[in-house]
Order: sequence, then structure tokens, then C-alpha cells
Amino acid sequence: MRLNERYLNAVMIVGLLALPLWAVVADQPFTITLVTRAVILALAAVGLNIILGIGGMVSFGHAVFFGIGGYAMGILAYHAQTYTALDLGLFSMDGTKSMPMIWLVAMILSAIVAVFIGLLSLRTSGVYFIMITLAFGQMFFYFAISWAQYGGEDGLSIYVRNDFPGLNTLAPIQFYTICFTLLCVVLFLFARLQASPFGLALNAARQTSVRVETVGLNPMQLKLLAFVISGAITGLAGALFADLNRFVSPTMFSWQLSGELIVLIIIGGVGRLMGPVIGACVFVALEHFLGELTDFWHVYLGLVLLCIVLFGRGGLTGLLTGKEGAHV
Amino acid sequence: MTLLRIENLTATYGVSQALFGVDLEMSEGQVTALMGRNGMGKTTTVKAICRMIRSEGTLTLDGQDLHALPSHKVARQGVGLVPEGRRCFADLTVRENLIAAARPGYWSLGRVTDLFPRLAERQTQRAVSLSGGEQQMLAIGRALMTNPRLLILDEATEGLAPIVRQEIWAALHRLRQETNVAILLIDKSIKELASVSDRAVILERGRTVWSGKMDELTSDISEKYVGV
Repeated sequence: MRLNERYLNAVMIVGLLALPLWAVVADQPFTITLVTRAVILALAAVGLNIILGIGGMVSFGHAVFFGIGGYAMGILAYHAQTYTALDLGLFSMDGTKSMPMIWLVAMILSAIVAVFIGLLSLRTSGVYFIMITLAFGQMFFYFAISWAQYGGEDGLSIYVRNDFPGLNTLAPIQFYTICFTLLCVVLFLFARLQASPFGLALNAARQTSVRVETVGLNPMQLKLLAFVISGAITGLAGALFADLNRFVSPTMFSWQLSGELIVLIIIGGVGRLMGPVIGACVFVALEHFLGELTDFWHVYLGLVLLCIVLFGRGGLTGLLTGKEGAHV
Repeated sequence: MTLLRIENLTATYGVSQALFGVDLEMSEGQVTALMGRNGMGKTTTVKAICRMIRSEGTLTLDGQDLHALPSHKVARQGVGLVPEGRRCFADLTVRENLIAAARPGYWSLGRVTDLFPRLAERQTQRAVSLSGGEQQMLAIGRALMTNPRLLILDEATEGLAPIVRQEIWAALHRLRQETNVAILLIDKSIKELASVSDRAVILERGRTVWSGKMDELTSDISEKYVGV
């Protein structure tokens, strides 16, 4: 039986609402934490899906933005909890425990770094683009390892979750509500962006840069803007992820994490609205349930990935809806 | 008023020179046929106008030097190209192909689908699933959506069924009558070119060897340089 993609999307949203509510009723706070983790990874993957799914850019260094978001949260919260000033050379500032402020900083910093990385990496394509983004990821990873002031290789712990006006963020369901709302907002933006002239031009640039230029569009500008938006969203996810764990470490910059984000999208469906969400849910479920059975759960994840690449090019969304391509 | 001015244009592909001195002048609203045998530099001239290859000489649009602009800015200045071999954005639908290229001006989705009613019927269909003729109409529609002042069609009817070719020629006649867009046409059908064009420019081995009004193009000249 083939599902209409709209129904599938609605089922996913209802499921992400119902499961945590059930967990509250059944007093299963860990389940809420698991779903929150899936939602945050989905948020990061939706960011990556903008450039990978619409723009066809395989960034193997997107963990850079995830890590920047995480460290933005960690550093600001660390200075707030230790009542020390954050020295920025020309001036110093206080830390903050305000989530909206941290998100803003995380997104702005990620966007600035994305401009820099994008300007250098988008001049290339294919395997060279992959290698350049990977190289940037490794640069940030080793920088974080050496950054002794903020924990170096051991990372940085934050004792209390940051604040959001009107909510008790330490209550799992309330923190989940924040993450879920942000995911819905970003999914809405993704859908609008994909159907907008900008999204269509980006899709066209993925197919051929030369033809796009003959209709007056600059593929470099299109790709750079997409890269920056994508980086900012992934940075936001990184800040939430660090808040969820109340911990930030160099692994947030690791190439394995960049790879996992790509895997999530491939499992769910490249360029599909709910692809990253489905992929993240499957990933977290496999990680949890198979992880309890065996330490080698990645082998099974690999098998799932192998089957999807070989038999379902549209990911699970494609298999369930019977449509391989992102266009519905 | 002169819209496009090309004087002594030369162009090379790497070390191989393809254009040795092309001269061409077009006014607003004028339809010009760019003629010549295969391999004489017609498509190369088009690529040079669109800044898709390096070239030297005079190349201006409305007085502005196109050599100073990258390809996408030439298109923004008002040069719309329907490239050889159609080349639509295969993964996008008809509607999306048109919207992706849209710039403000006379041409809108409604006007393009009015010009090519077949596209209206196929709006939600992906370009890759269209017939060759429909893809060609889409390629022309996409170029029109950029609201060009100069529309270049490179072999727009090549390989199409006679009935589809008729539709495309009819659309070009309509464009000529109803709009002020200048059209530079490359095509193998001399009869159709003669019916729609005001002027002709003939290239031979990368040089302009003849230019003039279409009705001055005698069969001797045509036979000598075009082979028809």
C-alpha cells in the first residue's frame, strides 16, 4: 500500500506529539529525552537537507555548525554560571542563560562561519567540495580539542539547563515542546523555501550551473545563501543539543557526526520534507533498541543504509509513498 | 536604435580559434537570421554574446560592453537564450521551470502559457517527461520569462515533428508582431527563416561574409554560403 506523502508527513507530526504525551502519562521521562534527541538531530538534518536535498551539495563538514552552536551555548552558559566575563579581545561581555539569546548567537556565529567556508568551498564541486568541508570540520575539531580554556578534549559541562521565558526547561516535556516547536518552524520554512523561486533556482543550479546562468541567476550566490541558511539552522540545533545534554565536547565537530547527518537524510529521503525527521527517528530508535542488545549496532545501521541505497533511492519516504524523487 | 553591436569579434576554444571577425548589428524589435553551414561559428557567436566563452572585439548591448560582465549578468541585461538541444531543468515541473527563471516585466506565466497552450496543460509535469517539442516550447518560455530585450534561439526547431515546428514558427511570428523583442535566429529551415526575419547575417569560417535585408538574400548567395 502506498501512502500519500502529505498523510505520511501528518502521521510523523502526530506521532512526535503523541509519543511524548504518552511518556508523560506513563511516567517515562527517558522516552521524552530520546524523542527530544531525535527532534534535535532532525532539526540539524533539515538544515543540511537544504543544501544536500535541494542544492545537491554533499557537505561532509556540517558538524562545524553543530559544534559552533554547541560551543556558543556552552561558553555563554559557562560564563553565566561562573559569573565571569567573556573576554573577546576588544571588549568583554557577560555570559547568559537565556535560550533565545544563545540561539541568536549560535545562529549568527554559524552563519558568519558558513559565509567564510562557503566562499572557499563552493568554488569547487563533487569530491573536492566534500574534501574541503571535511577539512574545515577537522580544523574545528582539533581546535576544540586544544581549547583548554573550555575543557579541551574533555568538553565542558553546564550544571543547569538554560532558561526560556515562562517555561521550566528542566522538565523534559517542556524542553521537548521548545525543540518540537522549533522543528515545526524550520520544517515550515523548508517547505516554503523549496517551493519559492529561490528554492527552484537552487534546485536548477544543482542540475546545471551553466543553464542557470543563461537565465540570469548566479549559481554561486544561490548556493552560498543556501549554505548560510543551512549552517544557521544546524547551529541552532547544536545549541539545543548541548542544552539537552548540558554538555559540549569536540565530538560535536567530528566528521562522524557530519556523516551521521547525511545518513539520517539518506534513510529518510533526500530532499523530502520529512526525510530528516524519519531518518532521525529511525536512527535514534536503532541506536537505543539495538544498542541495548549489542555494541555493534552500527553494523545493523549500515545494513539499513545499504538496503535503502540499493533498493529505495527515495529513502523510507520514497518507499512508503512510491515516489523516488523529491518532487511530489 | 542599435541594441546589439558586434564588430570584429574573435573567439577561441583553448588554443583553437573559432571566430575570426564576426560583425552583426541588431535593432530593437528586429528579427535577424544568423546563417551558415555547420561549423562556421554560429553557436560560437551565440556563446560569445552570452559570455560563455572568451572573446575579443566589440560586443555591446544598448551601448554597454558585455565583455565586462559575467554570463548571468549578461542575461540580466536582457539577453535571453534558448540553447541548442533544449536543456530544460529536467527535475523541475513546467511551472517550476518558468518560475525559477522569472524576472519582472511583460512576460508572465499566463502570457507564456497563452503563447504555448500545451505548456498550460503540462504545468505540473516534470520537464524530463515532456516530448521534445514541449521541451522546446518550455525552453523558449523559460527564456521569455527572463523578459529579454534580445532573444536568441539556437536551432529551436531541430529534430522536431513538422506539426510542432509549425507551432514554434507561429509563436515566433506572434512574438514579432506583438512585442518589441529583438530575435536572433539560427535554424536550418531557410524558408521559415525568410518568412520571419528582417535581416540575415551569414558566417563562413568564423567571419561575417554577408549581411543585409532578408529580401536581398539571393539564391546565389544562399547557395554559395549556406548550401541551400
